[in-house]
Amino acid sequence: MEAILFYLTALVAIVSAVFVTQCRNPINSALNLITTFLCLAVFYVMLESPFMAAIQIMVYAGAIMVLIVFVIMLLNLGLAVKTRYTHGLAGGGVLAAIILLLANYFIRAGEATGTGGEITSEVIAKYGHTELIGRAMFVDFLLPFEIASILLLVAIVGAVILSKREV
Amino acid sequence: MTPEVLTLSETPWLFTAAMLIKVIVAFVVTLLIVAYATYAERKIIGRMQTRLGPTMTGPMGLLQPIADGLKLFFKEDIIPSQAHWFAFIIAPIMILAPAFLSIVVIPFGADFQFTYDGTLYAVPLQITDLNIGVLFILAMAGLGVYGIVLAGLASNSKYSLLGGIRSTAQMISYELAAGLSIVAIFMLSETLSMRGIVAAQQGPLWGLESLSFLPNWFIFSQPLAFLLFIVGSMAEINRTPFDLPEAETELVSGFCTEYSAMKYALFFMAEYANMITVSAIAATLFFGGWAGPFYGWINFLLKVFAFMFFFIWIRATFPRLRYDQLMFLGWKVMLPAALVNIVITGIAILLW
Repeated sequence: MEAILFYLTALVAIVSAVFVTQCRNPINSALNLITTFLCLAVFYVMLESPFMAAIQIMVYAGAIMVLIVFVIMLLNLGLAVKTRYTHGLAGGGVLAAIILLLANYFIRAGEATGTGGEITSEVIAKYGHTELIGRAMFVDFLLPFEIASILLLVAIVGAVILSKREV
Repeated sequence: MTPEVLTLSETPWLFTAAMLIKVIVAFVVTLLIVAYATYAERKIIGRMQTRLGPTMTGPMGLLQPIADGLKLFFKEDIIPSQAHWFAFIIAPIMILAPAFLSIVVIPFGADFQFTYDGTLYAVPLQITDLNIGVLFILAMAGLGVYGIVLAGLASNSKYSLLGGIRSTAQMISYELAAGLSIVAIFMLSETLSMRGIVAAQQGPLWGLESLSFLPNWFIFSQPLAFLLFIVGSMAEINRTPFDLPEAETELVSGFCTEYSAMKYALFFMAEYANMITVSAIAATLFFGGWAGPFYGWINFLLKVFAFMFFFIWIRATFPRLRYDQLMFLGWKVMLPAALVNIVITGIAILLW
């Protein structure tokens, strides 16, 4: 049952991801990218991380893609890209094939050592996924979290300064 | 004897039947409320402006929503020749679906108990109790933006585009304030599940016996969060005084200018469905959900109707905001207020 659902969702995710690059119309590409994000959210639910699924939809589908569509709307990028650009297509294809082979090689080269940590399905069912993530972020890995937030703050300040005419 | 909870693995048929009944009842009731919310809105605003509102169709105009629906259903469905047809068709669907989906996590009554085959079963009156309930609602609210954005973009018309741009900016700004105001509720209830939040609001206020005449609703603990949530969600669902995206006097009808027939009706249904959703969320988060003097779902419906009346009342009372006022309110007033509210709540939780 779960396997069927997985393969169906994976099919939708891959087909829409292909269409993201193949559509001549930026609106269609954006819609397909949203579909891909929703499929990823379904995968998170299947991996027993509902919090990540909700965040995936809220942040990627609900905020970032809205901004991208907003930019498409503001720039009024026409209703279709007339010419198809083909330069670099062969190089990209070769690069992608090499990366695929390398990744496959590394995955199959040795035995996996660290399968199954402390977080099992029972632990998730007992504490809830949100609480586990909260503990990991704000107790165990507080310093990296703070460093990441300072990085984001720098980015925000930079964006404000760039968009203001006089500071 | 503690009742058994229905599960898919142990009692598949009963579980499926209970689920189907819950889904169908919730959907049909929401649709009925949507239909009669249009009637109520016209009637109430009419009375507030010393008019009568609809009176001709049926007794006291009660058949008016059905007549409107039939009329819009049989009208010609026009797609402008310069429109982007796929996004044009999908836009009304993408605005209506998240509005209805949010209802899935809202509890509308206490457990319903029944005996079958000698065993006592309990069915929670809620379609599903996600343990990320509130986040699910926020996610759906985030997806609701697409309907309006796509409608504005796909129509290929200036008024629609202006309406779409306005609404995107507005919804992104106010989603933040409304979402942050709910964070203070999580901090008090210590759960994200809607059912858990209702359970956290039982008993006397702050557990004090001397205050037993007041229920422990979060409106008393978090009045600022409630205000921010109501204003923010009113802006998010584009109700007056925040209806800049469809401002009739400036933009004809904003993002739905090019729409006709059933697609146009879907936009209006979405507006009322969003209103119901927001009312239900406000009733659950701040007013104790289904708790109250009457039987479970009656309390809940009364609270929802009270909120909807409030929204209609606001529409009859306030003029539309100007765009710069809207942005000022969202970013410079509501967002800092929501953040301050979170900090104060955190300090209060640490002290007590």
